[in-house]
Amino acid sequence: MNFFTHIGRYLLMLKGMFSKPENPKLYWKEFMHQCSEIGVGSLGIVIIISFFMGAVSAVQAAYQIVNPLISKTVIPQIVRDTVILEFAPTLICIVLAGVIGSKIASELGNMRVSEQIDALEIMGINPKTYLVMPKIAAAIIMIPMLVILSMVLGIVGGRITVVASGIVSAETYDRGLIELFLPYNVFFAMMKAYTFAFIISSVPAYFGYYVNGGSLEIGRSSTKSVVVSCILILVADYILAALLL
Amino acid sequence: MIEFKNIVKKFGDKLVLNDVSHKMETGKTNLIIGTSGSGKTVLQKCLVGLFEPDEGEIIYDGTSFTQMSEEDRKLLRQQIGMLFQGSALFDSMSVEDNVKFPLDMFTKLKQQEKLKRVNEVLERVNLVGSNKKFPAELSGGMKKRVGIARAIVLNPKFLFCDEPNSGLDPQTSMLIDKLISDITRDYKMTTIINTHDMNSVMEIGDNILYLKDGKKEWTGNSKDIIFSENKNLNQFIFASEFLQDAKLHRMMEAKRI
Ligand SMILES: Nc1ncnc2c1ncn2[C@@H]1O[C@H](COP(=O)(O)OP(=O)(O)O)[C@@H](O)[C@H]1O
Ligand SMILES: [Mg+2]
Repeated sequence: MNFFTHIGRYLLMLKGMFSKPENPKLYWKEFMHQCSEIGVGSLGIVIIISFFMGAVSAVQAAYQIVNPLISKTVIPQIVRDTVILEFAPTLICIVLAGVIGSKIASELGNMRVSEQIDALEIMGINPKTYLVMPKIAAAIIMIPMLVILSMVLGIVGGRITVVASGIVSAETYDRGLIELFLPYNVFFAMMKAYTFAFIISSVPAYFGYYVNGGSLEIGRSSTKSVVVSCILILVADYILAALLL
Repeated sequence: MIEFKNIVKKFGDKLVLNDVSHKMETGKTNLIIGTSGSGKTVLQKCLVGLFEPDEGEIIYDGTSFTQMSEEDRKLLRQQIGMLFQGSALFDSMSVEDNVKFPLDMFTKLKQQEKLKRVNEVLERVNLVGSNKKFPAELSGGMKKRVGIARAIVLNPKFLFCDEPNSGLDPQTSMLIDKLISDITRDYKMTTIINTHDMNSVMEIGDNILYLKDGKKEWTGNSKDIIFSENKNLNQFIFASEFLQDAKLHRMMEAKRI
């Protein structure tokens, strides 16, 4: 199948998602379930990565600044800006593309192959609305929250390491953090988070929903979905930077 | 009643259904029989709209299904129950939740009433006490029975079963056949069963459509089969010498009466 058929089918899937729920209560339940799967399910990895990401960028910033004329407050500023602008939204979302994306693709792929999606359709339920929509909605709600958490943890992680190793004092670090702070950066990061959240959920949902064949195909489409989402995240990252910065 | 006329279905340039027409009758077990690969599943999926036929018309109780809007189809489907070849139970839900799912989605019953109905159908398929089990913990035969329970929980007018007894031992297989044919009579459903099981054909075949290579080769009921001169049909149904003997025996018996 060529590139344009994929795009067409992807857009049709998104369009088909919008239909009136037969019973809003069940859809809400499914949405909450997905929120917990996506949000709580990837909390652990986000915490670990964010902390170390902040720690490493602080140590490296300290290592590169050897000139005694440069104020030590530059270190927390470097940590703050790299974490907020790039690490928290992009790196975390690339990791989440693996964690959440493969889960979404394999769950839907399995449901397709074992005819559970057909079973829903036969009952008179729109499987796109019931299965795909709650996943995308949950990702759009939960992933930006994870990104905010990651920003905070990254900055805290940097603080703990540089303070513990005596490179910068706690007061200098905190003073540096508020100096030259641009709230616009946080807005920019959130725009990225929302865009990536949509990519991470909708692309794997597409690959999973349209799996064709046996269980081997589930693995293949889950891998494909992660690769495609990662590439799309990087492309979108560049486009957003070019547009908004 | 479900009637279909001149159904043609191709996958690429492979012709899977070639101009098939037939009537499925209400209150009867209508069988679609044929070797594997003859197009039974594809025909059933065309009838419920999981595949779109390339040509032909499908009519449910006088209304054209082929020309129905997607919304109307959704409504009609609430009167259709389907048992899939692999049961297609929802992995993430227990037996009880699987069967309750259509009730949750489409009825405003109270929780208690729903559970009562769930237990009713589970009893009907002989699965009392498995409410809290998950599909992964069930045997093939149990899965099929849960599948049937889920398919009939809303009292559908039309019931589709794709090889309800493939992969089951002869005894369980008979039980399932009997169950489906009893339900069909009791609730006056239009039931359509795909099978290549010779026992089912002889026991519950009220109205049989024999497909060969995607074409309608023969129709009739289980009594007609014994006297049929159709060579392909005879080879298909009475495949072994043992069954050939059984057929002769039945023929003689029938003539004596
Ligand atoms: N989705 C599909 N794409 C292409 N070919 C298919 C598809 N589904 C079924 N077929 C082909 O249609 C023919 C009939 O299949 P099927 O209806 O499943 O047979 P059966 O009578 O065993 O149920 C087979 O040759 C199969 O290869
Ligand atoms: Mg089949």
